[in-house]
Amino acid sequence: MSINIGDGEDGERCERAGAVGRRARGEAGGRSGDGRGIVAELEWASKSFGKVRAVADLDFEMRAGEVVALLGPNGAGKTTTVRLLLGLIRPSAGAARLFGMDPSRTAARVRVGAMLQVSKVPETLEVREHIELFSSYYPHPLPMAEVVAAAGLGGLEGRLFGKLSGGQRQRVLFALALCGDPDLLFLDEPSAGLDVEGRRSLWERIAARKRSGGSVLLTTHNLEEADFLADRIVLLDRGRVLAEGTPDQIKARVAGRTVRCRTALAPGELERLPGLRAVRRDGDLVELFASEPERLVAALLAADPALCGLEVRGAGLEEAFLALTCGLAAGGGAGSVVGARGGTAATAGAADMRGNRQANGKEAA
Amino acid sequence: MNALATHTGAPPEAAAPPRRRLARIYWLEALSEARKAVRLPGFILPALGFPVMFYVLFGVAMRYGTLGGVTMAEYLLATYGVFGVMNVSLFAFGVGVAGERGQGWLLLKRATPMPPLALFAGKLAMALLFSGGVVALLAAIGLGPGHVRAPAATLAELAAVLVLGALPFAAMGLAIGYWAGPSSAPMLCNLLSLPMSFASGLWIPYPLLPAFVRQVAHGLPAYHYAQLALKVIGAGTHEPAGWSLLYLAAFTAGMLLLARLGYLRDEGRTYG
Repeated sequence: MSINIGDGEDGERCERAGAVGRRARGEAGGRSGDGRGIVAELEWASKSFGKVRAVADLDFEMRAGEVVALLGPNGAGKTTTVRLLLGLIRPSAGAARLFGMDPSRTAARVRVGAMLQVSKVPETLEVREHIELFSSYYPHPLPMAEVVAAAGLGGLEGRLFGKLSGGQRQRVLFALALCGDPDLLFLDEPSAGLDVEGRRSLWERIAARKRSGGSVLLTTHNLEEADFLADRIVLLDRGRVLAEGTPDQIKARVAGRTVRCRTALAPGELERLPGLRAVRRDGDLVELFASEPERLVAALLAADPALCGLEVRGAGLEEAFLALTCGLAAGGGAGSVVGARGGTAATAGAADMRGNRQANGKEAA
Repeated sequence: MNALATHTGAPPEAAAPPRRRLARIYWLEALSEARKAVRLPGFILPALGFPVMFYVLFGVAMRYGTLGGVTMAEYLLATYGVFGVMNVSLFAFGVGVAGERGQGWLLLKRATPMPPLALFAGKLAMALLFSGGVVALLAAIGLGPGHVRAPAATLAELAAVLVLGALPFAAMGLAIGYWAGPSSAPMLCNLLSLPMSFASGLWIPYPLLPAFVRQVAHGLPAYHYAQLALKVIGAGTHEPAGWSLLYLAAFTAGMLLLARLGYLRDEGRTYG
């Protein structure tokens, strides 16, 4: 059970090695071990828009019944990955397949449903009319009542789309993805722009779909969402796979705290702090991403009694990404990615994560 | 890759929907377009209102004047009919497609197994329906206060020519829809249709236009369309109808090609 993370020197080589590991796992029977087939697959796919490389050498597969979250910040290549798999754009290199077919084929499209980021939906159609139209595209659509119930739209069938709240609109889009009774559901940022309540409500709908055995590929920049819904998380950054694993493994990987302070300590001294994963500095203002903030702060105060403005806060995904990505960017130099440490993320199979990362040398013994 | 062998093939009906289901898709698509248009008065009122208003102001007011051997009311029935049909089709496709495309709605529909032609057929049905509406309104005004006395067969032929004229402008709208953004499309449609309407003699009859505008007119699709309509009532220029038809066919093909290029461009690019 290895996490495929770029090792700072040669991220690509490491990803390839990781991909081989995935395949080996896949051939051993997949998540549920029932031998069901691959539903979606990218084979070393790349996509460039002009000079921008949105996705680079992505090798990825999904098995029936699996719920996978593509997790990453804006610009990570999540939406591009979804569009490649849906056959809406063609890869510049490599291949995309749905159920072993070209994803743009009708035979593939009748088996998927998609919820994409749509800024505006025709507002002068009723909820029922939207669902009726989309249902007509599929050979075996779900009954209207079932779609309405599954998306939580009861009582809103006759309402014009333009008169719905943000959460209700997202649920209509969810209903449109669901109405063809797809084998595989694509959800691109399903909870974008929703308040906590709307998000929870949508999560429940997606979780219900998962319980009934449907495969789901969702994208999000919300770790909590990925954790709640997914069997497997693929962490993307700048079009590459940064890490991959169960939510517990990923959480262990990115768990930590950000310590901020003003200090006169030299970069070399900061790097010797225990449990340090990444450093960001701006003049004498320093941000330290730490797996064990208590030990780090103790060492920090001992090293620089004059430091001020000390602040410790939970690290969001931003910080976690900083910690995970700066190693790639800096080519393995100071402040590079350090293997996940068992201590902090005691929650979650962190021991599994130690893997081959120990060699990096930044572990505080 | 060997795991691919475990795929089961899709059921055969999935690839090619049976005719009845296909007919239902086309019907619902057209119905949605019509509902959208009817429930959005901002689109429907100007599209129907301006030609009607112009026709009342000029056609009815100057109904006893004659031009090209017919009364002004008859002449302007043809040209304002052209104006109305052109605007309805251009806006339905240009503004409609640009908006839905730019906001990601068309992309979502492309991800479904919807037959791609159903969407355009639906919009075309709607454009033809509203074109018929404009023509019927104008004809009612012409026959009533306009004192138009053309035989029923001639009027029916005129109406048919006018409504079929939606085709080239639907193609033009489609091209605009695939190249313009959602906010620039309405302006672009106006920018193209208003000067073209004037220069093609849709507002002021062609023979009354300044000489240099008349020269420009011969290169414009709306002029050729208007001439075909005027020929029906015997008031066209002496240009052969075959030439105008050929021109419009080539124009339509060119616009469809342009739209296709825009569509292909979308596949390599993202929006929103």
